[in-house]
Amino acid sequence: MARFPISESDLVARYGPHLNEEPPGGWNAGIDVDREVHTHCCFCGQQCGIVLKVKGDEVVGFEPWYEFPFNQGKLCPKGVKRYLQNAHPDRLLSPLERDPSNSAGFRTVTWEEALARTVREINRIQAAYGKDAFAMLSGVSLDNEKSYLIGKFARLALGTANLDYNGRLCMVSAGVANKRALGIDRASNPWSDIPLAEVVLVIGANIAECAPITTSWIWRARDHGAKLIVADPRVTPTARTADLFLGLRPGTDSALLGAMLHVLIERDWLDHDFIRDHTTGFEEAAEAVRDHTPKWAEEITGVPSGRIEQAAELWGTSATGMLLHARGLEHHTKGVENVWAAINLGLVTGKFGKPGCGVTTITGQGNGQGGREQGHKCDQLPGNRDITNPEDRAYVASVWGCDVDDIPGKGLTAEEIVEAIHRGEIRGLLSICFNPAVSLPDTSFTKAALDKLEFYAVIDFFLSETAFHADVVLPGSLHEEDEGTSTSVEGRVIKLNPSKRPPGNARLDWQILCDIAARLDKGHYFPYRNPEEIFDELRVASKGGTADYAGITWARVERELGVFWPCPAEGHPGTKRLFEGGRFYTADGRGRFHPVRYRPPAEVVDNEYPVWLTTGRVVSQYLSGTQTRRIGPLVAQYPEPLCELHPRLADPHGISTGDLVRVTSRRGSMTLAAKVVATIRPDTIFIPYHWAGHQAANQLTNRALDPLSKIPEFKVSAVRIERVGGPGIPLVDERDMDLQ
Amino acid sequence: MSGVSVPVSIGVKRTPATQPVAGAFGNSIFVIDQSRCIGCKACVQACEECGTHRGRTMIHLEEVDRAVTTQTAPMVCMHCEDPTCAEVCPADAIKQNEDGVVQSSLKPRCIGCSNCVLACPFGVPKYVADFDQMMKCDMCYDRTSIGRKPMCASVCPSDALWFGTPEEFGATRSGTLVNEWWFGSQYVATKVRTVAHSPGAIDVLAATEVRPWQDDPFGLNELGGAP
Repeated sequence: MARFPISESDLVARYGPHLNEEPPGGWNAGIDVDREVHTHCCFCGQQCGIVLKVKGDEVVGFEPWYEFPFNQGKLCPKGVKRYLQNAHPDRLLSPLERDPSNSAGFRTVTWEEALARTVREINRIQAAYGKDAFAMLSGVSLDNEKSYLIGKFARLALGTANLDYNGRLCMVSAGVANKRALGIDRASNPWSDIPLAEVVLVIGANIAECAPITTSWIWRARDHGAKLIVADPRVTPTARTADLFLGLRPGTDSALLGAMLHVLIERDWLDHDFIRDHTTGFEEAAEAVRDHTPKWAEEITGVPSGRIEQAAELWGTSATGMLLHARGLEHHTKGVENVWAAINLGLVTGKFGKPGCGVTTITGQGNGQGGREQGHKCDQLPGNRDITNPEDRAYVASVWGCDVDDIPGKGLTAEEIVEAIHRGEIRGLLSICFNPAVSLPDTSFTKAALDKLEFYAVIDFFLSETAFHADVVLPGSLHEEDEGTSTSVEGRVIKLNPSKRPPGNARLDWQILCDIAARLDKGHYFPYRNPEEIFDELRVASKGGTADYAGITWARVERELGVFWPCPAEGHPGTKRLFEGGRFYTADGRGRFHPVRYRPPAEVVDNEYPVWLTTGRVVSQYLSGTQTRRIGPLVAQYPEPLCELHPRLADPHGISTGDLVRVTSRRGSMTLAAKVVATIRPDTIFIPYHWAGHQAANQLTNRALDPLSKIPEFKVSAVRIERVGGPGIPLVDERDMDLQ
Repeated sequence: MSGVSVPVSIGVKRTPATQPVAGAFGNSIFVIDQSRCIGCKACVQACEECGTHRGRTMIHLEEVDRAVTTQTAPMVCMHCEDPTCAEVCPADAIKQNEDGVVQSSLKPRCIGCSNCVLACPFGVPKYVADFDQMMKCDMCYDRTSIGRKPMCASVCPSDALWFGTPEEFGATRSGTLVNEWWFGSQYVATKVRTVAHSPGAIDVLAATEVRPWQDDPFGLNELGGAP
C-alpha cells in the first residue's frame, strides 16, 4: 500500500528538504584537510573535474581541478556547492518501513527485515500477477557500473521486462534519431571541436544555465571569429550575446529547421559530393520541405523570415559548423523528428566527421551518455544492443552465463510503466535514482498511480517526494561514496573516485542490489567483490556493440584523463571524433536523411487555454531537486519557481513582478509569483520544474509522448494565466525552512 | 579616445599607468569581461569557499535590468592604481600592497564611516556591520600569493572573470585590454583589466554597443506587432 503514511507536510517536516548551509565542522574545516580526491561533479552531463577536500570521513570543501581538460577548473554554482549534500541532516541512515501508526510515518528496521520483506513482496506479486507485474525504474545519475548492474539485475534477478530509466525524460529523442540516422548514439565530437567551428547553431539548449561550462567552449569559437546563432523562445544568457537570435514559438522547431533546409536547397548551399558519397534519402528529405518556405515558417514559428534566411546563409556558407541541441528540441511529441531535422542540416552541408563539424545533443544528466548505453533501458542490452535482436540477445546471454530465454523481451518505457501501474497491470515497483513524482508530466496522475502500488521499495540517500510513497526504504550511497566510471557529454569515459564511506547503516547501491539478487536465488549471476569487476564484465558485454568499451580500463581512464568510446581494444586510442571520412555506423556506412514535415504539438492554444507554457531548468538547481533543494546556498539563489512572462502578456492582466498568478492547464493549476521580463515571447510563459507538491510545474504538463522515443512533451502545453494577488503573501514554502 | 570627450580630471594629478610591480601575481593579470557573464553566480558561491573568506562572499554580481535583459555584471575590486577608497579614508585604514592589491580596511583603524563605500566608482567596498569594518575583494591573496588563481576566475564558466598572463590572453582571446576609465570627470587607472573592442580609456557613462536584433528580440515590430 503505497499511500503517504502521514500527511505530506508532516513528511516534509521530518524528512526535508532541509537546508545544509555550511561545511561539516564550520568554515575553518577546509583549511587543513586530510586528503584531496580527484573526481567529478555529481550533477549534469558536463561531468566537470573537481577536487574534493576530505577531513576525517566528511567532504568539507572543493578545490578546482585545473588539469582536467574539459573544464580546466571551471565549475557552475552546483559544482561549487555539491559537497554540502554530505553530512546532511536529511540523510537516510537506516532502512525504513512504512508505518502510519508512527508519527514519523516510517519505523526503523534492520537490513535483514527490510531485504526479507522486499524479496517476499517481489515473489508474492510475481507469483500472483506474473513476472512483468513487478517493475523497476532507474536513473542516469548512476555510474556506468550501476547502470550495467541494474540492467542485468532487472532481467535476471527480477526477471521482469519492465525496466526503464529517467533518461526517458532526457535525451531519448536524440538517442533514437541518432541511432537511426547515424547508426550510433554519442556526441558527434569532442568539445575541443567547438572552437574550430566558423558557425555555432544552438537550438533548444539553455547552455548558460543547463550546461554552463560549454559556454567557455563557445566563447573560444567566437574568439576565433565564429558566429553564434541561438534559437529559443527566451533570450537566455547565451542568446543575449548571439549574432543572430531566432525567438521561436514552442513546438515549432521542425518548421524552423525545415525552412532552413528549404533555403539551403533553394540557394544550392549544399555539399553535393558528401550527399552523393556518404548519405541516403536526400530526395525524400528535400521533397518534405519543398513547401517549407521562410515566409510559411514565419507564420508557424513567429521568427521573421529574414532571420531564417540569414541563419541558413550562415550555416550553409560556413566551411565548418557545429549544431548543438538539448531538451528544448527533444522534449516534444515530435522530438525524434526535430533531431532528424537538425541532422539533415549537417548531412546536407557535409558538416560531419571533420574538425569543427558536427551535430550533437548536449546530454543533460550526470551520466546521461554512459547511462543510456549499458542496458537499463527497456529496449536495450549492454553495448547499446537491441533486446529484440536475436544475435544481441545470444551474445549477452553468453556473457551472463544464462539461457537466452532467461532474458525478458522489450518492456514498457518510464511513463508507460506509470500508466500501467495506474491501470493495475503493474503492482510492485523498485526504484533508484528517479523522482517521478516531480519529474514526470501530470503529477497528480503520477501520484495517483504510485498510491495504487501494492508494494514499493526505493533505494535512495534522501527521502524524495516519490519515496514518500514507499513501503520499504533502503538507504543507499551518494556519488562521493562509491567508485566507478561515467561517460561525459563528449563521450569521454571518466573515473569517479570515492571520498568517504556511507554514513550510519547506509550501504553502497551495488551491494544492496547484489544482496537482493542473492535472496532471489540469483546470486550466482552477481558474484562481484568490487565495482571494478562489474566494469570489467561491462567491457566484455559491450564488446562488438556500437557502444564498445572493451579497450577501456579503469587504469587507462585515470592515466589518460578519460577515454572516448568506441574503444574496441586495449591498444586502441579511443574515438574522439565520430564519422571521420564520412563513415557512419549504419549498415551501409551512410548517413540517413529522414523526411521531416512540420506537425503541430499534441496540445495547441485555444480560447480557453490561450498561452503556451514551456518548462526548463535554472542554473542553481538540478533535475527534480532531490539533492539541490537541500543545499542552502543553491536554494538561496533561486528559492522557488517563478512564472516568466512578457510585459505584453502581463499588462492586460494587471500583472507586475512579484504578483501571485494562477496558471491553469487541462491537468491542473498552480499559484506562483510572476517575473515580468521582455526576454520571453509574449505568447509564452516559462516555469522551471525543480520543485515538488504545489510548486511542481509538472502539475500542468501533458503526458503526450513521442511515438518513437516515448519522451513526454514537457516543452509545450496550453495554459491560461490570471492574477490572484499582489506581493506580500508569503511565498517561501515551508519545506525550505531550516531544521533549526 | 576617438569619439570620447575627455574632461580634465579634478582629483590629484595622476601619473600615467605604469607596469605594476610583480608580486603575488607574478606576471599574471586579472581580466573582467562583463559582456560574457551568464549570471550563474559560480563566482559568488566560490568566493565564499576561499580559505580567507570562509563563508562571506566578496564579489558582487548584479542584474543590470532584468525586466529587459539577462545581462548581469560581476564586479571584483578593480585594485585602482590610486585607490579612491584609500584617498577618502579619514582613518588611513585602507592599504595597497607593493604589487598593487588593495586590501580590506585594517580592523584596528577602520571607524566604519563608509566613506569608501560611497566613494568607490565601481561600487566595490561594503561595510560589514557584523565586524564593524569595510571588507572587499582582496584578489584571493591567500591563493595568488602561492601561485594559484583567484577562486572566481578559476570557476567562471564563461571566462567573464579570467586570470593569466597577457601572452596567454593574446593567444586565446579577442579584444583589447583596457585599464583606464572615465567616470564623468574622474579618471581611474586600475590593476584589473577589462576587454574593449579598441584601445583607449572607457567612458563609463557612454552608451554600450548592442547587436541589431537586441532592440526587438522577437521581431515584434518586424512582424507587425503580432507575437
